[in-house]
Amino acid sequence: MADEEDDIILSELDDEELVLQMHDDLYDGLKDEIEEGTQILLGRGWAPYKVLTEALVSGMKVVGDDFRDGILFVPEVLLAANAMKAGMAILKPLLAETGAPTIGRVVIGTVKGDIHDIGQNLVTMMMEGAGFEVKNIGINNPVEDYIAALEEFDADFLGMSALLTTTMPYMKVVIDTLVEEGKRDKYIVLVGGAPLNEEFGKAIGADAYCRDAAVAVETAKALIARKHNQIGA
Amino acid sequence: MTQDALSRMLAEKDWLMADGATGTTLFNMGLTSGEAPELWNVDQPDNIRALYQGAVDAGSDIFLTNSFGGTAARLKLHDAQSRVGELNRIAAELGREVADKAGRTVIVAGSMGPTGEIMEPMGPLSFDGAVEMFHEQAEALKAGGADVLWVETISAADEYKAAGRAAELAGMPWVGTMSFDTAGRTMMGVTSTDLAALVETIANPPLAFGANCGVGASDLLRTILGFAASGTERPIVAKGNAGIPKYVDGEIEYDGTPALMADYAQLARDCGARIIGGCCGTTPEHLRAMREALETRPKADTKPTLDEIVEKLGAFSSASDGTAHSCALHPPKQRERRGRRRRPE
Repeated sequence: MADEEDDIILSELDDEELVLQMHDDLYDGLKDEIEEGTQILLGRGWAPYKVLTEALVSGMKVVGDDFRDGILFVPEVLLAANAMKAGMAILKPLLAETGAPTIGRVVIGTVKGDIHDIGQNLVTMMMEGAGFEVKNIGINNPVEDYIAALEEFDADFLGMSALLTTTMPYMKVVIDTLVEEGKRDKYIVLVGGAPLNEEFGKAIGADAYCRDAAVAVETAKALIARKHNQIGA
Repeated sequence: MTQDALSRMLAEKDWLMADGATGTTLFNMGLTSGEAPELWNVDQPDNIRALYQGAVDAGSDIFLTNSFGGTAARLKLHDAQSRVGELNRIAAELGREVADKAGRTVIVAGSMGPTGEIMEPMGPLSFDGAVEMFHEQAEALKAGGADVLWVETISAADEYKAAGRAAELAGMPWVGTMSFDTAGRTMMGVTSTDLAALVETIANPPLAFGANCGVGASDLLRTILGFAASGTERPIVAKGNAGIPKYVDGEIEYDGTPALMADYAQLARDCGARIIGGCCGTTPEHLRAMREALETRPKADTKPTLDEIVEKLGAFSSASDGTAHSCALHPPKQRERRGRRRRPE
């Protein structure tokens, strides 16, 4: 039962207080509170994109940072991502209407021969939690499936996962095929999975190796910003 | 009540040697990546016999059945979810066959790996759902003649408990290990201290608990020291990888030599492990070197220090492993919270 003195009425908070409270509620994975806070801000006339970036995405950044620093672990991060997604579900149709920019579009999948999917499912949840649009194409993907999904989804990113030492070399096959078909530069390629390391990522020609889901989100944000700057310049 | 074979063996001997890699060994026999190893129990039974025989011939007291991905959740990825009973039973039957003609007692341990699904409230899998899948697998391994159930590479506390409950329902003794692969913790944040405490809260506790797979031999031994520091009386299992995978000329190789794994085995025993084996990359050649080291080198009177482990086996993958003794050196920063918070209820 809620202690009266502890209870906060979200609708009574001013905008600044409410946003900070939403950051705390995201941190605690409180889905209902995030939905309520999102509705309140929209009701006060906030643009959907402003709600997304200031209340949700910046709240998830704290979660991601603490995950990276070993203060939070996967269970807490998943609860936070679920809460974030609940807010996103409200904002998504509104964002589409207003033509707000998406942060980035991602195709992610485990490579051919590999049947492990827990890692990429975590990355999917955290990327969605950070506001990316993600198409998760599952396990055991041959190069044709990756390329078809990238084109169909009009992706900015290709994420590849491998949990086996025997399957990680297939990532190079996918990247080499993209190069041969002249499509490599269209996508930012991120790779991850337990047996990988930075040296391997470089050796196969990926844009980055991401140690965990939080690093994947950070890296994706940094690389897409750089890409946009290059296009702008 | 007759004691089970593993309990008897633990009562007789100071240490036991388990087996090495299943997956990497089968790949070397021509398993194509992407194929379910469990299908080979039916399609290539001679290869599975050879896998088991390799461990027995190298001196293992215990070997694990080829049933790691044998839950319905995993087999579903190969559209074989209806074959849980058959594939697990045969995995154990083949094991029984090899063990019974070994000429000495060899334990057939029915391997049970994670479902690969995320449990509630973070993910879709309920506790009861997990118990049901593990129970189905456990009954089949029991029917095939497994001596003990061997739950491994678990990362979530609830999934560990669900496997223990399934063993209870099947009336089978069990052993359970987790994979500590994320800065000394499991993916779900469990530390060695947490697991040592967790096993004592389970109604049907495991005969032994410990760590398998993970990052490298050094990290695994730091975890074993963490278990031992909890003061547990329960036998501890150490099943570490043969080093770390390296990318060499387009191929992947584990960098752990038989000599390194021999040192690892000796140190694992000195750290307090009573059941010692390998995991990914560990071949019969490694196992022979480990057996020889365990038989010929004396057990040290004191546990090795972290520095000694680094000196012999290489550096740790992270400065801390999240337990109290390593945290004292590297205290995690605490997040400052805003004053009040809403309650979830």
